[in-house]
Amino acid sequence: MSSVLHLNVVSRVHGEGATEVRALRDVSFRAGSGELVAVMGPSGSGKSTLLTLAGGLDAPTSGTVSVEGVDLATLGNAGRARMRRTSVGYVFQDFNLIPALTAVENVALPMELDGVRSRTARAAARQALDEVGIGDLADRFPDHMSGGQQQRVAIARAVVGDRRLILADEPTGALDSETGEDILRLLRARCDAGAAGVLVTHEARHAAWADRVVFLRDGVVVDETGSDRADVLLDSGAR
Amino acid sequence: MSVKQALLALLEQGPRYGYQLRAEFEQRTGSTWPLNVGQVYTTLTRLERDGLVEEGEQDGEGHVTYRITEAGRAEVATWFTTPVARTQPPRDELAIKLALAVTMPGVDVGTVIQQQRSATIAALQDYTRLKRDTGTGGGGADLAWGLVLDSLVFAAEAEVRWLDHCEARLRRAAIERENAPAAPARSQKPEVAR
Repeated sequence: MSSVLHLNVVSRVHGEGATEVRALRDVSFRAGSGELVAVMGPSGSGKSTLLTLAGGLDAPTSGTVSVEGVDLATLGNAGRARMRRTSVGYVFQDFNLIPALTAVENVALPMELDGVRSRTARAAARQALDEVGIGDLADRFPDHMSGGQQQRVAIARAVVGDRRLILADEPTGALDSETGEDILRLLRARCDAGAAGVLVTHEARHAAWADRVVFLRDGVVVDETGSDRADVLLDSGAR
Repeated sequence: MSVKQALLALLEQGPRYGYQLRAEFEQRTGSTWPLNVGQVYTTLTRLERDGLVEEGEQDGEGHVTYRITEAGRAEVATWFTTPVARTQPPRDELAIKLALAVTMPGVDVGTVIQQQRSATIAALQDYTRLKRDTGTGGGGADLAWGLVLDSLVFAAEAEVRWLDHCEARLRRAAIERENAPAAPARSQKPEVAR
């Protein structure tokens, strides 16, 4: 399986000396095309650190983070920013939509920032909104949408322009249980269509939508379910 | 389990014979609690003895059908309007296992918890796959089976949450033991969390 995301023996240490905090310790992690991987752990276990490293928003203290085979450390700041606009999509608990822009403008924004012509970007955005089932709400502002609808916009924004890595940080945290489940179904469908997804959650019910569930404790992967264990063993042996 | 009330409720729709009752029960519950036909007929015999159903005609193929009586309808109405009793907690092997594990030297409770969590999440993943195949919309038997699946999902989720909680409490207890002042004369009362 080709890995869209690969963390290879990654550590992240904040501070030093007495105040040193090791947020991640020698973590190896992969998410392949077509695969949804859930990361579970209590607060402070390192799951958000893993996600910010995967998205190139932070750099590891040691080890490498690669997206589609490219080591993020070899990209400059501009290169990483470009990668975030073109290869990686984020879905947050609180949606993070821009209130002054309509749904379609929100979704088109990353492409427009990347220099795609406005018409092309909007057409792609409308299609992405159609795919998440809210094509008819394209011209609404976020304030005039329900939480579930806003999260659908955020997912459309995360996948528009054929981005292949979706990073979701507690995407259902602000939603009721049924709407949350719709969102998981949608994430699942995006992964089934070929994206790689990483879902950080503390809810077992939502993690269960993933192909694999990885457990983090104190910055270490302590266990995982639903995986082909042989793959994992090969990974750690290949360092 | 209330096979009795479930069969009575199904008979409210009209006369049925044993195989039909079993098929309709399993359609709604996805064979989560399989019934054998012997059990269905034994139950029908008891219901008949209690005057809640009566034997009807044979259908063309010689199946004996049963039909609900007025007393039977009243029983069904009572069942639907009475909460299920939570008298005695059912024996919970996991709770018993952990209760013993925390008091035994030499048992790695953390591993017990993690192994269980992995197994329960794997079961949750299986239920979730079934849900994906069942779809969201529709009504009738699909909806009924979907709700039974949700019940299994929520029960498994509750178990995982409880395991998380046990782990957190054990960690806190361990930290408090470590930080406890080395003065054995002090009171044995556990420290209250700040």
